[in-house]
Amino acid sequence: MQYILNGHSLVLDPALCNGCGRCEEVCPHAVFSIVNRKALIARRGNCMECGACRMNCPPGAIQVSSGVGCAAAIIAGMRNKNAGCADACNCG
Amino acid sequence: MSSCGCGSLTQVQPAAPATLSTRITWRDVLGGWRVRWGIGRMSYRIAPGLYRIGQPDSKSPVLVTANYKLTVDAVRRELTGLNVWLLVLDTNGVNVWCAAGKGTFGSAELVRRVEATGLARVVEHRRLVLPQLGAVGVAAHEVKRATGFSVSYGPVRARDIPAYLAAGMRATPEMRRVSFGWKERMVLAPMELVPAWKPALGILAALVALDLVRHRELTPHLAADIVRFFGAILTGGVLVPLLLPWLPSRAFSVKGAVAGALWAAAAAWWLPTGAVEAAGAALLIMAITSYMALNFTGTTTFTTNAGARLEVRRSLAPILVAAGVGAILRVAAAFV
Ligand code: SF4
Ligand code: SF4
Repeated sequence: MQYILNGHSLVLDPALCNGCGRCEEVCPHAVFSIVNRKALIARRGNCMECGACRMNCPPGAIQVSSGVGCAAAIIAGMRNKNAGCADACNCG
Repeated sequence: MSSCGCGSLTQVQPAAPATLSTRITWRDVLGGWRVRWGIGRMSYRIAPGLYRIGQPDSKSPVLVTANYKLTVDAVRRELTGLNVWLLVLDTNGVNVWCAAGKGTFGSAELVRRVEATGLARVVEHRRLVLPQLGAVGVAAHEVKRATGFSVSYGPVRARDIPAYLAAGMRATPEMRRVSFGWKERMVLAPMELVPAWKPALGILAALVALDLVRHRELTPHLAADIVRFFGAILTGGVLVPLLLPWLPSRAFSVKGAVAGALWAAAAAWWLPTGAVEAAGAALLIMAITSYMALNFTGTTTFTTNAGARLEVRRSLAPILVAAGVGAILRVAAAFV
């Protein structure tokens, strides 16, 4: 399934990529493929912007603005600036 | 340890890791049921530290997980018959996915826990297996630099762990994908219904008041309102998650409104009323189901933050207007 704006903010800098394959390993939606020892954004529309790839890319070749895709947290944030996911979701 | 309600676990000392059984007792099942339905606290934890599963030795793999008891239960049940170490991080009793998003299941806690448990003296190898969804909070290269342990991300689902270990710690592409099948959606449905109880009582009180003010007694109108209203809550909380892939539009609020319109039509056919009352009830039903569907975004595995922001901005005003106009029409219908 896809949502609105999936993969909108995902940016890969091929010049920095060393082809280690971590992004392909950590992505839960198989967004990356490694082609000719370089990462490639093969399925951008599947990206939920979780940030796992950016977090685990050693040379910092990936940028993505991540955050929870949780409307309840966003509404709570509008009502109260200090409210986080924990206050709105059943996230714990 | 008392906070987890299962007296057989003890706080782990670095030298003597406690053994975790792979058997799930009725207490575990009951506890899990209570957490999902929001009875008692949401967080349900076990002590962080190093645990034995089976009879691990210095060559056995080390699996890392969060100290949310339901996660630990899921992992240990799947590990029946294996000999592994389980390194439990302190995530304040929150599951891996949410804790990684918050950073509590993160590089810093992992490094701290590896050191606190003296893991380097317990095992000869230098490899940690993390659940794949933990990658949102953990930077593998930073953990390697700080502890010397390299991080392998294992499968997303606990039930794939034995196959992953048997294959020499190699995950198939299938194991790496998050799925969101109807079973997963149904397990999460109660999470949507629980927060609905308080507003539901308020609306119920308003319906009773309306009937009393208008008719000076409780009438069949109230019964019809209650059926329509609880039907709306079940539509938003159960039907929308169940039918999610088949409801039109990518926007959850639209999916919810469509499901609400279906229920409103069914209710109008089943409980015929005047046109104004039916229109007011339909708008109220759609506002409720649309709002509940919007809140389901947080529970899914494919919504993005930017998308959810956009959807909240676009849908909140129409939902509030529908609720307001619907309430006015419903009240007006009682008096004309
Ligand atoms: S993790 Fe970074 S360096 Fe490694 S393949 Fe992906 S983009 Fe390239
Ligand atoms: S942000 Fe998450 S879903 Fe998107 S490409 Fe990176 S790992 Fe995959």
